[in-house]
Amino acid sequence: MNAGRYFWSGDIAAAEGAIAAGCRFYAGYPITPSSEIAERMALRLPQVGGRFIEMEDEIGSIAAIIGASWTGVKAMTATAGPGISLMNENIGLAVMTEVPIVIVNAMRGAPSTGLPTLIGQGDIMQAKWGSHGSYEIISIYPSNVQETFDLMIDAFNYAERYRVPVIFLLDALLAHMYEKLDVPPQEEIDKRVINRKKPTKPPGETLIYQPDEDLVPPMPAVGEGYKIHATGLTHNEKGHPELTVDAQEKLVKRLNDKIRKHAREIWKVEEYLTDDAKLIVFAAGSEARAVRTAVDMARKEGLKVGLMRPITVWPFPHEYVEKYAVDYLVSEINYGQMYHMVREYASGRVELFPGMGGEIHTPQQVLRAIRRMIE
Amino acid sequence: MSMMEDIRLKVESLLRTERLPHVWCSGCGIGITLNAFLRAVVRANIDPNQLAVVSGIGCTGRAAGYVNVDSFHTTHGRAIPFAVGLKFARPDMHVVVFSGDGDLFAIGGNHFVNAARRNHDILVIAVNNFIYGMTGGQHGPTTPTGAFTTTTPYGNPDRPFNIPHLAISLGAPYAARWTTHHLMQLQNSIYTALHRKGFRVIEVISQCPTVYGRRNSMRDPLTMMEYFKKNSIIKHDATFEEMELTYNGKIVVGVFRDVQGIPTYEERYEDIIRRAKK
Ligand code: SF4
Repeated sequence: MNAGRYFWSGDIAAAEGAIAAGCRFYAGYPITPSSEIAERMALRLPQVGGRFIEMEDEIGSIAAIIGASWTGVKAMTATAGPGISLMNENIGLAVMTEVPIVIVNAMRGAPSTGLPTLIGQGDIMQAKWGSHGSYEIISIYPSNVQETFDLMIDAFNYAERYRVPVIFLLDALLAHMYEKLDVPPQEEIDKRVINRKKPTKPPGETLIYQPDEDLVPPMPAVGEGYKIHATGLTHNEKGHPELTVDAQEKLVKRLNDKIRKHAREIWKVEEYLTDDAKLIVFAAGSEARAVRTAVDMARKEGLKVGLMRPITVWPFPHEYVEKYAVDYLVSEINYGQMYHMVREYASGRVELFPGMGGEIHTPQQVLRAIRRMIE
Repeated sequence: MSMMEDIRLKVESLLRTERLPHVWCSGCGIGITLNAFLRAVVRANIDPNQLAVVSGIGCTGRAAGYVNVDSFHTTHGRAIPFAVGLKFARPDMHVVVFSGDGDLFAIGGNHFVNAARRNHDILVIAVNNFIYGMTGGQHGPTTPTGAFTTTTPYGNPDRPFNIPHLAISLGAPYAARWTTHHLMQLQNSIYTALHRKGFRVIEVISQCPTVYGRRNSMRDPLTMMEYFKKNSIIKHDATFEEMELTYNGKIVVGVFRDVQGIPTYEERYEDIIRRAKK
């Protein structure tokens, strides 16, 4: 897209951000409220020589982007609750075989079909724990349209840098909301783009799952002669199945550690008026916008309140929470998810201000919750 | 070096020999099928670096682990959509899905149906052993009605897929069926299919003496192959009814469809890219 000012929804910004990041492959299945991402990709990808395919379901969609990613192309899909539930098995495959992919989940009211067009934040824990097993992924969650565009570049960078699925959270509000945003010149974006490491040794001398110092193995593409073998079974550095306790220990530990050890490089957190705060409201995505207004209102009343907004949801930015010996109020559109994470790391009191879904809290509601907690 | 020896060495170079012995039971038909496939690849002179093999889960799903080309052992039922993504992103590669009947037609059935409909340029080698072997012998989507398995102790009430009929009805340009007894025909069929375009399906009726044969009075591999030999009839122009498989009944084999010139999904999309760039 040419540099300039645009008026886009979160969905369009996600699609355009992906293209700016170099994404050239999309496979997906329509689902509210993410379908506009597919529509935008269907229109735009072939214009830039990329490929779009509408698959028969979400399982096929994620399988297709994993297959595509092995060709060296940056690939993504987008979905919402019911679709992400279907994708979870293959998210595990991408984790185990270390395939860079980006998955957008535009969260809606849930469980089940829930409130397809209305906001929910109930998939935060699922983003981390959706597939079976003990693993780490990266998940980021913007709260406005500009940030959606900008963070999509980071999403692909993380996927490529760490060879990991990145779950890009949106919510129904952000997905469908139109806002102004500035698209920087592509040359500037390109300076920021990271591509996966390629093997430096020729085929025959390369063990395709041998990690570098940073615990991430370089990634060959199909057709380059590396005779890749990738399996969801526990495998050794050759990529061959090795169904032993030792191989499991070595592989699964590394898959987790390659993210955990780089958590500080990954974490992005917005802090607003936290320096002198006695109470910090912890909120993400669209909900954080209402909270910010509530914080301003509280400050006018002389209450020392701040906002902490995790942009990186996973790995959970716990050091930010630990930094302040204050009370936390976790305001989220679910019945307690990030709340449990904050409780794990906070030293003061932690309270939950939940919503079951369909709308974010109003600033007045948040303000009342703040007052209740301070009294 | 004799020609036979030359072929043998070339076939061997297509195997990850350090991974042998394989996991399959002795007498299993999957190895025979894999051998036929590799020989066809050698004869077709396909550059191994231009070939990718994708498998799902199950006994046949292990095949990807033994071929010395870019090879992917994916999740249960998802070999086809994985292959679709790979092929669509790299249309110049040969992409072969090598998987079993339960994987392709039960859990993966929806992907088979839709990939065939879209006519992706993929060759599917579907090993049909009438059963879920890896999990110990439960009935599957191809188990003949009446057959005994661990989950059909009184005989199978279920009706099996007629795979060539299914493939043809979805517009697959190439559909064939052979048994592991038809070694040369199978190899020739794979060879031909490797030169065709579009969604090509070869069903290979394969013996699973360990968990299928044993419960259906064909305890050893030879008895099963004898059955294939005695009961199969080559009939390329078979009707859909004739292609149906019944318990211990006739097995009609042949190349039931071989047409050329149907545009593949990948070809049609090149046109989309041209239009979008205008
Ligand atoms: S269980 Fe049956 S299909 Fe599986 S390897 Fe043994 S003989 Fe072959």
